[in-house]
Amino acid sequence: MELTSSQQDALQVVAVNDARIDAAVAIEFKDAMREKTDGGSDVVVLDLSVVEFIDSSGLGAIVASMKNMGKGRTLALAGLTPTVEKVFRLTRMDSVFPVYPTLEGALDNLKN
Amino acid sequence: MVSMLPAFQFSVQSDEFSVRDALEQLLRRLRPLSLDVEEAGTVELVMAEALNNVVEHAYPEGNPAGPINIHCRHRSNGLHLTITDQGVGMPDGETPLGRPANLNVDKMDLPEGGFGWFLIKDLAKDVDYKRVGWENRLSLRLAVATKSGQT
Repeated sequence: MELTSSQQDALQVVAVNDARIDAAVAIEFKDAMREKTDGGSDVVVLDLSVVEFIDSSGLGAIVASMKNMGKGRTLALAGLTPTVEKVFRLTRMDSVFPVYPTLEGALDNLKN
Repeated sequence: MVSMLPAFQFSVQSDEFSVRDALEQLLRRLRPLSLDVEEAGTVELVMAEALNNVVEHAYPEGNPAGPINIHCRHRSNGLHLTITDQGVGMPDGETPLGRPANLNVDKMDLPEGGFGWFLIKDLAKDVDYKRVGWENRLSLRLAVATKSGQT
C-alpha cells in the first residue's frame, strides 16, 4: 500500500497509488494514513482517483483514518471512481465526508 | 439481448489474498457478458463482501484454511451465485440482518465495520444461507445481464 503526500498551500494531499483498498490491505492502509497525516495539515484531501475498488473493510479503514486525525481536522475525499462512489453512496458515508469528483475541484473549494 | 453463459464453478483456498484471486477469476469468466462498469462493480462488491466473510469468519485465523467454492449460473433474471465452504457456520444458523449503520453520531463514534451484510442485502436478491452437513452454502442472485431488463 503506497501513499504519496504533498502540500498544496495549507492543504495536504495524500494520494493512494494502488488500485484496491480491500480487506487484504485495510490495516496497512490505516497505518500508512496515520503515518502520513500525524502532525499534518488541518485539512487533508485523500486522492482516490486511481482506486478502482474498495470494499467495506477499505471503507472502514478510511473512517478509522478520519477518526485518527482527531476531532478538529477534516478528511476530504476526491476523485471517486464509479465503484468507489457506489460504496460511499450506498452506505451513506458520502454524507459524512466532504466528497469531490476531482482533485482540482477539491483544491479549489477547500482553499477558500 | 444477452446470450446465456454456460454454468461454471471454481475453487480457491482460503487465505488473505484468495478473495482477490477469486474475484479476478470470476470477472474473467463473466467477460463474455460485457457487463458495464455499474454491473461489474455490483458483482465484484457483493462477492468481495461474501468472500471476505468466509475468510474472516468461516476460516478464522488460527483455524486450518480450507476450500471456497464458487458456482455461477446465468439465467434470464441474472446471475445465480453460490458460495460454499467447509468452515465454521454462521452463529444461530442465519446471516446477520444487514441493517444500515447509524451515522447520526459524533464523528469520533462512527462505525468502522458492519457494512458488509448491508451491502450484500442491498445489492443482491434472494440471499439464502444454509448449513448443510459440514458445509456453509450461501446463495444469492444478482440482477445483471438480465433478459429484457428483468429485476
